[in-house]
Amino acid sequence: MHNLGDIMETIRMIQDDNLDIRTITMGISLLDCCDTDIDASCRKVYDKLCRLAGNLVKVGEDISALYGIPIINKRISVTPIAMLCAVSGGDPVKYAKTLDRAADTLGVNFIGGYSALVHKGFSAGDRELIASIPEALSVTEKVCSSVNIGSTKAGINMDAVALMGKAVVKAAELTAERNCIGPAKLVVFCNAPEDNPFMAGAFHGVGEADCVINVGVSGPGVVRAALQKHPDADLNEIADVIKKTAFKITRMGQLVGTEASKRLGVPFGIVDLSLAPTPAVGDSVAHILEEIGLERCGIHGTTACLAMLNDAVKKGGVMASSNVGGLSGAFIPVSEDAGMIRAAREGVLCLEKLEAMTSVCSVGLDMIVIPGDTPADVISAIIADEAAIGMINSKTTAVRVIPAIGKEIGDELEFGGLLGSGPVMKINTQQSPSKFISRGGRIPAPIQALKN
Amino acid sequence: MKAIISVIGKDTFGILARVSTVCSENFANISDVTQSILQDMFVMVMLVDISHENCDLAHLRGDLNALAEELGMQINIMHEDIFNSMHRI
Repeated sequence: MHNLGDIMETIRMIQDDNLDIRTITMGISLLDCCDTDIDASCRKVYDKLCRLAGNLVKVGEDISALYGIPIINKRISVTPIAMLCAVSGGDPVKYAKTLDRAADTLGVNFIGGYSALVHKGFSAGDRELIASIPEALSVTEKVCSSVNIGSTKAGINMDAVALMGKAVVKAAELTAERNCIGPAKLVVFCNAPEDNPFMAGAFHGVGEADCVINVGVSGPGVVRAALQKHPDADLNEIADVIKKTAFKITRMGQLVGTEASKRLGVPFGIVDLSLAPTPAVGDSVAHILEEIGLERCGIHGTTACLAMLNDAVKKGGVMASSNVGGLSGAFIPVSEDAGMIRAAREGVLCLEKLEAMTSVCSVGLDMIVIPGDTPADVISAIIADEAAIGMINSKTTAVRVIPAIGKEIGDELEFGGLLGSGPVMKINTQQSPSKFISRGGRIPAPIQALKN
Repeated sequence: MKAIISVIGKDTFGILARVSTVCSENFANISDVTQSILQDMFVMVMLVDISHENCDLAHLRGDLNALAEELGMQINIMHEDIFNSMHRI
């Protein structure tokens, strides 16, 4: 028989501390759907998605019922659509509509992979796809888009950075009457992982198997609750508590992933052991940092705290799963995290501090609402800064900022659901980076020695 | 296949009997029970075998939820594998 304390701990984690499986994401390769006729290509894409993911939602719900664990999202990630555009030509938005239709048929929450990988340069289909992203995001509901514009091995493609700044602005303009939801579904990456189950940045990399199951766990509330029991512990002990908690959370992801893979007859890919916050009270990464001893997230000391949290989560999670991958770390999406929203509203958490935080945690500048009149060049420069942090530190970084059209600093933008809401944050636009961005070309790949 | 039923709430008459009845009605065989009373709070944990062909977990969960409401207690049922994977290496 199990220990009574262990049983109560698990039940409390799920009922009181918002422990859940954030997503089961099925990665599907569409390379065998390529056709020189775009309509034939779209047909094959739709058929393949329906064939392989037909049972995904049902299996997710069955596992949730069997184990008594909430599985919040069922998602699909696909091969970057720019590769299919390269073969078929034509209007890439047709693919977006096809993906959206498949997502509706299958009942999944999101489908990611309206993507292009252009970290070193553009090949056929890439420019067309990037140009179509704003429209694609405005005419679909569930399609998510991402573009990889840099990597440690290739450097940063500044032509793509310039294009993405414009794409973010246009995506916001086209969805202005829907709370600018367009750019909330668009991520600009450096060092994008190919097996990420989290949206909006999920796509199915070309090095992946034909079809895999990846699982993303969550659990900031659980970590915070565990830390609450150690009000006077030193930081060695705090790191240890985080490790042990991350282990338990990840074990649940491993269990669910293994079961889903068995039931769907699809190989199990990875567990992404990220701490993914939600706007729900108590499910906040910022509150973990505040529990460790910061009066607010965003003050001095935040970067150090977050570095320790991120590292401890990885150390605990790695042993709990046979394969860890994806983004794996602590997410800091402002609008999705009650503690971050409060700190941003109070003006304690600023964009510059968030940028510093991204150098030690997973992902990057995520779900940050900026003034609607922010010039595209400035957004490109934000992307370039963030990509540089990723490139130099050999880590994934990303930018998902939302220009709030018609709103100013201090106003609020409300997305609802998991995307939450956020205040429009101040950004530095007094002087312009236009000349730098308009130069184009590439920032060369960094040297991997002489690390200082 | 086994599941763990946990019952927490204010102690009253016949809790064990009521939960056991729901289990037997749902073809869930009770393999082990531990219970204790901590400051007036009744805490009971039951290990039940749910592999009988007539045992439907969703139905059992529904009945337990209804009983929980009636008794004003918190009753959960979760698959044993959750606890195995989380607390055992």
